Formats: sequence, C-alpha cells, structure tokens
Amino acid sequence: MGFFLETIIAGLMNGVLYSLVALGFVLIFKASGVFNFAQGAMVLFAALAMARFAEWLPEWLGFESLLLANVLAFAIAAFLMLIFAWAVERFVLRHLVNQEGVVLLMATLGITFFIDGFGQTIFGSDIYAIDLGLPAEPIFILEGLFPGGLLINQDDLVTALMAMAMVALLTLFFQKTGTGRALRAVADDHQAAQSVGIPLGRMWVIVWFMAGLTALVAGMIWGEKMGVQFALTFVALKALPVIILGGLTSVPGAIVAGLIIGVSEQLAEVYIGPMVGGGIQIWFAYVLAMVVLLFRPQGLFGEKIIDRV
Amino acid sequence: MSKKKIGDVILDVNNISLRFGGVKALSDISFDVREHEIRAIIGPNGAGKSSMLNCINGVYKPQEGSITFRGQTFKHMNSRQVAELGVARTFQNLALFKGMSVIDNLMTGRNLRIKSNLLLQALRWGPAEREESEHREKVERIIDFLEIQAHRKTPVGQLPYGLQKRVDLGRALAMEPQVLLLDEPMAGMNVEEKQDMCRFVLDVNDEFGTTIVLIEHDMSVVMDISDRVVVLDYGKKIGDGVPDEVRANPDVISAYLGTSH
Amino acid sequence: MFYRENGQFKTTYKSDQQIFAVKQDRIAIIAIIAFAFIGVPMLADEYLFRAILVPFLILALAAIGVNILVGYCGQISLGSGAFMAVGAYMAYNVFMRVEDMPLIVALLSGGFFAMLAGIIFGIPSLRVKGLYLAVATLAAQFFFDWLFVRVRWFTLDSPAGTAEVSNLSVFGWQIATPMDKYLFVLGFVVVFALLAKNLVRGPIGREWMAIRDMDVAASVIGIRPMYAKLTAFAVSSFIIGVAGALWAFVHLGSWEPLSFDINRSFQLLFIVIIGGLGSIMGCFFGAAFIVITPIVLNQLLPWIGSLFGVEISTAMVGHAEFMIFGALIVWFLIKEPHGLAKYWSMARHKLRLWPFPH
Repeated sequence: MGFFLETIIAGLMNGVLYSLVALGFVLIFKASGVFNFAQGAMVLFAALAMARFAEWLPEWLGFESLLLANVLAFAIAAFLMLIFAWAVERFVLRHLVNQEGVVLLMATLGITFFIDGFGQTIFGSDIYAIDLGLPAEPIFILEGLFPGGLLINQDDLVTALMAMAMVALLTLFFQKTGTGRALRAVADDHQAAQSVGIPLGRMWVIVWFMAGLTALVAGMIWGEKMGVQFALTFVALKALPVIILGGLTSVPGAIVAGLIIGVSEQLAEVYIGPMVGGGIQIWFAYVLAMVVLLFRPQGLFGEKIIDRV
Repeated sequence: MSKKKIGDVILDVNNISLRFGGVKALSDISFDVREHEIRAIIGPNGAGKSSMLNCINGVYKPQEGSITFRGQTFKHMNSRQVAELGVARTFQNLALFKGMSVIDNLMTGRNLRIKSNLLLQALRWGPAEREESEHREKVERIIDFLEIQAHRKTPVGQLPYGLQKRVDLGRALAMEPQVLLLDEPMAGMNVEEKQDMCRFVLDVNDEFGTTIVLIEHDMSVVMDISDRVVVLDYGKKIGDGVPDEVRANPDVISAYLGTSH
Repeated sequence: MFYRENGQFKTTYKSDQQIFAVKQDRIAIIAIIAFAFIGVPMLADEYLFRAILVPFLILALAAIGVNILVGYCGQISLGSGAFMAVGAYMAYNVFMRVEDMPLIVALLSGGFFAMLAGIIFGIPSLRVKGLYLAVATLAAQFFFDWLFVRVRWFTLDSPAGTAEVSNLSVFGWQIATPMDKYLFVLGFVVVFALLAKNLVRGPIGREWMAIRDMDVAASVIGIRPMYAKLTAFAVSSFIIGVAGALWAFVHLGSWEPLSFDINRSFQLLFIVIIGGLGSIMGCFFGAAFIVITPIVLNQLLPWIGSLFGVEISTAMVGHAEFMIFGALIVWFLIKEPHGLAKYWSMARHKLRLWPFPH
C-alpha cells in the first residue's frame, strides 16, 4: 500500500510539471488560436539560458553565491524569453493571422527547429547542470499514517511546490487581473477585442512571454532533475497528451489532466511495464490521450467543437 | 407561361422541432412540397429558415418530428442518405472547395455515381478513364448551362462572389437531384446577377422538372417565381399558401413590418 | 516561344485530362525519365548514387505518401516515421523468415502492414482534426519507437537489436553496386509516382481534397468522410511503408529504430511543406532540397567561417541546418504555402509567355 501511494505521489509530482507546460500551451491557444508546438523547444532554450548564465555570471562578475547566480540567471533567461515572444509575434504571427490551425501548427514546428539550432549555437550542446541548491536526501513523510512512512525526494517535493505556485499564480493572473481579462477577451473573439481597444499585438507578446515563463520554470525544474539536454524537448512534449486530455481551451483542464497523466503514466510503468518489457512511458500518455479522443473529441473539459455550415 | 404539371407530395415535413441548448430554432413545423413545384421559405432574419433546410438535409438532427420523402419516413436524416435519395443543396455561405478548380468542384457532385474502385483509379485504365470522361461530359453541360466556361480550370477561391454562387449551384446540379434546396441563392447579388440566377432556377425547374425549395429574402423574386410559399417567424410557421394569399396574410405583414401598438 | 501551346487542341476529354496536357511537358518528362534511367548511370559516380540519388528518390517516395495524407486530404500526421519503420521491420521479417521470398514481394508486404497500422492509427481522424489529430499520430510514432526496440521478435531476436539484410536480388539480377541500387529504387519510384498521380487526379483524389477543403460540405454531397479519410491513411501509409522498406534494405543495409524516429517524421513533413502541399512533383523538389542542403552547408559554412578566421565544427553545421530549415519552413508558410512547386509552375508560366513579359 505504501509503495502504491509512493508511486502515486511520484506521479503527481511529475504531473504538476506537465500541467505547467500544458498551461503554457493552453494560454497561447486561448489568446491567439495558435497551437504552439514550439513549447518544448522553448523549455529547452530557457533552461539552457539559465544553466549557462548561472555558470557564466559568477565568472564574469566575480561572485560566489549560488542563490545570486540562480536568481540573476533566471532574470536574464526570463528577459530572453520576452525578446523571443516579441520576435515570434513580429516575424511569424503577424504574417499568418488568417491562416488555419494546420498552417500555424507547422509554423511553430519551424520555430521549434530554429530555436533548437539557435539555442545550441549560442549556449552549446553538451549536457549542462542546473543546481538550485536543493537538499538531495529523500525523507519520510506521513509516518503517523503508514508504518515507516512514505519515501519521497525532497527536491522533487520542493520543485513540485514551485510548479504548483506558478500554476496558481498564472491562474490568478488570468482570472483576476485586468490584463488577464483582456487576454480572455482576445481568446474569445479577436475582432470584438480589437473593437474595444485591446491592442492585439501587445496581448500576443504578453501571452507568449507568459508561456515563455512557464517554459523557463518547467525547464529549470526538469533541468535540475535530468540535466539540460536535447531530450528536454521531448519530455516537455509530454504536455501534448495532457492538453488533449484536458481540452485545448481549458485552464483547469490542463491542470487536472496533467495530474491524471502523471499518475497514470507512473502506475502504468510500474505495474504494466514489467509485463511488456518496460519503458512504456514514452508512449503511454499519447495512447491514453488518443483513446480518450475517440470517445470525447473535445477532451475532458474542452468545449464541444461545432462545425457551422 | 405554359401551366406546368405539379405532381404529388414528394417531401413532407412533420412537426419538426429543433433546439440548440436553450434556444428553440424550430417549433412544430409542418409543411409539404409537391413534385415539380417551386416552394419558397421566407421569413425575417433568424426565423429558422436555414435550420429548416439543414434538418431536411441531415446536417442538423431535430429533437422532434420526422421527414417523409417519397413515402419513406425518417426520424433523422443522414447527409449521405439524403444525397443518395436525390436531394442536393446550395449554401448561404458557400461551402465550396476553394482549393479545387470549377471542373473539379462540379465533378465532386458526380461522386455518388462513380463506380470504379481504387485500384482501377490508380491504374487509370480502360473503364476508369472512360467513366471519368463520361462524367466530365455531364459536368461540361452544366458548365455551359451556367455560362461559366471561361473559368472552368480556375481555382474556385479566386473567382468573384457571383461566379462562386453559380459554381455552388452547378455542384448541386451535378448530383442530378430530384429536389434542390437553395439557401439564399441570390444573396449579395446585383440586379443583373439576380436575373441570371432566376433564369437558371426557372430553367432547371422547367427543363428537368426538379422540385425546388428556395430560401430567399428578395420578395419580388419570391412572389414572381414560386408556386407556393411557407412563412416562418421565430421558428414557427405563420403562413402557408400561394404567393398572393401569403402576401395578404396579416400575420406575415406584421412579422415583417412589426405590429403597431 | 518554345513553350507555346498554340495548335494543341484537345478534341476529347481524355486528352484534356492527361497528366501532362502540354505537349512540350510530355516530351520533357519522357526525356527526364530516359535520362534518369540511361544518362545518369553513365555519368554519375558511386558517391552520387549512394549519398544523394538513392536517398533523394526514397525520401521523395515517402514524401508522396505523406503528401497524399497531409497535402491532398488535409490530415496532419506527425507519425510518418513510424509507418516507415513498420514497413521496414515487417518487410524484414517477411523476407528473412519465409524461405525464398522474392524481394519485391517482401517490400510490398512491408507496405501492406504499414497500411494496416495506418488505418488503425488513422481512426482518430474520424473524430478529430488539426492539432488534436497531430497529437494522436504522435501516439503512433512513440508506440512503434518502443515496439521495435522492446519486442525482440521484430529483429529476429538478434542480441544487438539491429536488423540487417544483404544479398538482394531480383529475378537473378544482383543488386550490389550503388548503381544497381539506384536503378532498382528508380523503378519503384517511377511506378509509384504514376499510380499516385492517377489517384489524386481521379475521383478519390477529389474526395480527399473535398475533405481537406470543407468536410462538412463534402458529406452533404454524398462523400463519406470515413471512407475518404481512411483510404487516405491507407494509401499514404502503404507508400510510406514501401519507402521505409526500401530505405532499410537498399539505402541503409542495416538499421535500428532510431532511423525512423520523430526526426524522420519532421523531415518528411518539411519535404512536403517546402516542396509543396498537394503536389506530387513538389515531393521531388522538396526531397532534393532536403538531401542537398546539408551537403552544401557542410562545404559552405566552414569555408565562409575560414574567410573570417572562425572555425565552424560539424556540430555547428548541424545546428545551422536546424536554424535554416526552421526559418525556411516559416518563410515558405508565410510567403508561399504552395512551396517550390508553385515557384516551378510560375516559372513555367513565364516560360509560356517568353519572350513577352505578359
């Protein structure tokens, strides 16, 4: 029983990260109708920026504090993501305004490749470490309820909390602030939003920047766990089945679905995996999403898609 | 004008009700359409006219009621079934295949009648080639009829609106339908284009005896060419009869002009 | 002047419906094919066959398959690499496990199994489209990535997990030299290109394009979306499967699942976008571009770098490739969604008018 719960908890913690990246997708889609396939590459780029700057800044500026290095690197990486957001709107989105989803999807594929190449050109293509200074020893929790307690990693716990905080912040921003309201208006109807004076282009920059921030936080966390390397792109792409499951237009959907995918993936790998040779988490989430699509094309929480003739 | 022979009831709409969530688009609509006639459906905007056509056509599935076509009653129509039964339609907002040429758009209307299987098509041998040419001939006659020969190879997306409307009609005609549903075929046209379209509609009805169900806003057109008229308002039927009757119906007048209190 | 159609009157619909309706085009294509079969073998060297022509042809074939699905039928697919893998591994098993299996039959059977996989993983297209469908096709990609690594049966339980073929022959003709391989693949590609072209210009092609352009209207005309979409997946994956089998047997000789991973899927999608969605000819342009560009970059970039005294490593060239492809995709999508094929037809149009400007 204890082991089962540990598996679930591990799944939940993974799931929170998926939710975070999925949120980035959902935000961009809700606000601009663009399905940003480049989200995975953005995670890698942001993580690379942070990792390298955390390494370079102490050398260039001559200080020792890990905390300072990390904070500064985070800030610089965030700034770079802002520039990236601006560039995407200026050079890509603006010119593809009325195209259908497929074209936009493929454009973001192009952006993916560009960022991959660009990031590795500037920051290098080795595996880099992000050191957040988190305690590495596993601890036991809930010792009162279960004999011996449940074993979890402290750094997993901290990063999961960080991700949850980010998710909560984003949701609050979206629901409670004026800009958030403007973004929701844009997501609903571009023309109507423009007609009440909402600056479309600037909104898109904001949305892409927010997606960039989620990419940065997710990249930082995953990079800390597995090192910043090319494979990060594909780990981030796991967020795709999450959005499918949650529904492309639903913020709570992205969050819930992320947890569901995280948990079921973990359970599948631990309990079904050994029967078929293991390693099924590379496809389990996708197949699960595909099967759900057959029965609920709009995902668990998405809006029903109506075709008008 | 020679008196044309109007036949028996070919299409019967029985107590159709259609809801979208809380909105009642159609309430208990019943009317019939006789073979070879031109039946107009009119009414103010939002009255449910397009929804009615969509029900006949299988695009929407009404919650209540049924539709009888040539004696067969259906609770729900399925688009393909309807097409196979010989019902074709045009669309208010033009549902053309923008990437394909005029010829190809019309040829899609022939699809129901094409028999050759995939393998024959891949080899493009003998029967497949002959079949393609036969259907091409039929399509060319429609192109002549609609006077769009010069544009036959142009991608439809590049044509002006008036010509696109003709292609929409042409594609429906390519299906050799017994019943033709026309959804505002003259919307957005100038006087000459409307005259041309009227001529086409009347010719189709005259030469091929096609039954026509027509949604139209232009009153003069409706009164001129239709044999009978159904009037809808807010999803309910408020008038049904020959044009002169309907024109004089006080409910119809107040629906269009508004009642004075 | 040379390219005028004056005097070429079509008196039957059959002649108007030909693939190459302009006589000069017909002459040109026959000349090109003749040159490909006769001229090229006389002029090309081993390197050209092995590194450029054979991969070019096979990728063009795979791209034809992808184009049918994505360009003609409008169903986005990110799983084409997986279908190449299915074609390769199933052809391998049929070839190795069955006594005296003829090579061509084995290759076609690879296509057949890929077709089955395509139909199964194409079922989501009946319920969803666009972005949702793209993710569903990724399920195919990752599933088969895993399957061919973990399930030993597919690699004949070899300890290293790789598959390998040698000693290929057809009706006694040994396919050993690079030139042999080139001619063998060329034969396949010409035949399949013709069959594909016939399909897309006929009734099923129109059904596919109708679904692409407006699937709701298509069903009102009597087109069955299910039949159209599944046949698109079926035909597309059959061709991709055969291409995968050819890639494995003829081009690589020995292979592993990595040869068919998601990067391959992206590569095929790029070929189709750059070459031109909805154009069979475009597949050839796109494939040529994808094969030649890295080679050109590999020579060009270090040379440019040396002009500035900067050392450019092969890794850097790889990154530059990524950046250039990515930028080109975006550029093509913005400027010319119909890709290189459109430029080609514009060039031909200008040629028709030459020497007049318009």
